Amino acid sequence: MKILVAVKRVIDYNVKIRVKADHSDVDLTNVKMAMNPFCEIAVEEAVRLKEKGVATEVIAVTVGPKAAQEQLRTALALGADRAIHIETDERAESLAVAKLLAKVVEEEQPGLVVLGKQAIDTDNNQTGQMLAALTGLPQGTFASEVAVDGDKVNVTREIDGGLQTIALTLPAIVTTDLRLNEPRYAKLPDIMKAKKKPLDVKTPADYGVEVASKVSLLKVESPAERKGGVKVASVDELIDKLKNEAKVL
Amino acid sequence: MSILVLADLHEGQLAGATAHVVAAAQAIGGDIDVLVAGEGVQAAAEAAAKLDGVSKVRVADNAVYAHQLAEPMGALLVELADGYTHVLASASTTGKNVLPRLAALKDVSQLSDVLGVESADTFLRPIYAGNAIATVKSDDTLKVITIRTTGFDAVGSSGSATIEAVDVVVENSQSSFVKEELAKSDRPELGGAKVVISGGRGMGNGDNFKLLDGIADKLGAAIGASRAAVDAGFVPNDMQVGQTGKIVAPDLYIAVGISGAIQHLAGMKDSKVIVAINKDDEAPIFQVADYGLVGDLFEILPELESKL
Repeated sequence: MKILVAVKRVIDYNVKIRVKADHSDVDLTNVKMAMNPFCEIAVEEAVRLKEKGVATEVIAVTVGPKAAQEQLRTALALGADRAIHIETDERAESLAVAKLLAKVVEEEQPGLVVLGKQAIDTDNNQTGQMLAALTGLPQGTFASEVAVDGDKVNVTREIDGGLQTIALTLPAIVTTDLRLNEPRYAKLPDIMKAKKKPLDVKTPADYGVEVASKVSLLKVESPAERKGGVKVASVDELIDKLKNEAKVL
Repeated sequence: MSILVLADLHEGQLAGATAHVVAAAQAIGGDIDVLVAGEGVQAAAEAAAKLDGVSKVRVADNAVYAHQLAEPMGALLVELADGYTHVLASASTTGKNVLPRLAALKDVSQLSDVLGVESADTFLRPIYAGNAIATVKSDDTLKVITIRTTGFDAVGSSGSATIEAVDVVVENSQSSFVKEELAKSDRPELGGAKVVISGGRGMGNGDNFKLLDGIADKLGAAIGASRAAVDAGFVPNDMQVGQTGKIVAPDLYIAVGISGAIQHLAGMKDSKVIVAINKDDEAPIFQVADYGLVGDLFEILPELESKL
């Protein structure tokens, strides 16, 4: 079976973000960009399923600006076989991305779609669930284990308070949580090979999908800064402060 | 305005989060109904009916809704959403699992982790792991929203809403429940505890987390951990406090052997009082701590436990 894996170009998780002076958004000029960490886990899982012989082909897809091809090349270097870039400079929100991915699913007929549970820029945690709803496929979100078994997949999910295992009919949509796997690093020869792997470029119009959303971003602000307090010298002083100053004991 | 709140359940009982989501609904304003969906949820429905501000509790009690699997829950909400202007759920793993499905099937956007209400269509939500707060306006006719419960104080429970049964039963042949392994604990739940004590990589190993037990017992605290401690295999992931774990805002948060990575701070910086215990006096955690104690946690913790 084919596996479709969606990736997103986001600000590198090590970068300390700055809000623009006019509060219109976060400042992304000259900031290091990378593949969303949850998407790296998704790519890794897809590639491992191919290595195990469960999958025959891994297709990476992204929705984003021209520069997002870098992240597709990364996915190809990590082991994806080919890539689809749906190019747009508009701010594509979860619903629009899910609609575009649904069209790709219709075209490619994958047995499994793997996505990160959320992107670390907008922190929405929606696209996989929306894709499942739009395609009418079952979903296993926040996966910490994925076991394909014939025409079913068992997904162990990280839920509040513990773990839940569900069985889904295939095809299915899976979104990855942190402990699903540890992504590998791309080796130099693989990075070179990735440059020659096929990468199709499409536009939202090719799929007849409108990217605009009815949600507008009015402003972006830094959160209230928390001021550091005092250092105390001993456990006794700490207990005294908590009792008499902060009054929380 | 007319708002439907999807109740959170914990082992069939009404979870504390729901009272916070109802508070968010009150901030929006309008009639508030609560949907309790599951199997054998009559007690949860009765608890929901007591929440202040709720006019009606709608109960969908059927085996197909057991464990609140995404597919039947999404289909149920699609059936019930007509007539409402807003559908709210907590930003729990259930709310996040189900609400995007409703939004997609109604062809509207969904707003995640809302922590402030400016008006019926304008909301505050954290982005970039809480390092920025976005103000967003939705022009969708139906607003589908998950609520970050720490942003809203829980409503009281002196109400008496009417309870009515919902007879919508949907089909589900795509997903089935296999098993659940919930961590058992006598301690308060991390998300709702008044006091939280968390350990980080500085704890050294999982056994040393026992050093937190006695203090947690004396303070009635929940025990958490940083992602570094989880990744190192010291403790399970459900103890994780941070952007990729639980978001907490207790009255007192005690960080032990935690350096204070951005992703951890995003999960606890709204706590009322923060205490940091760390041997490195340059650790970033001290920049957000109200009270910092520099020293060896293996000496400090037993002393703290004996003196509390």
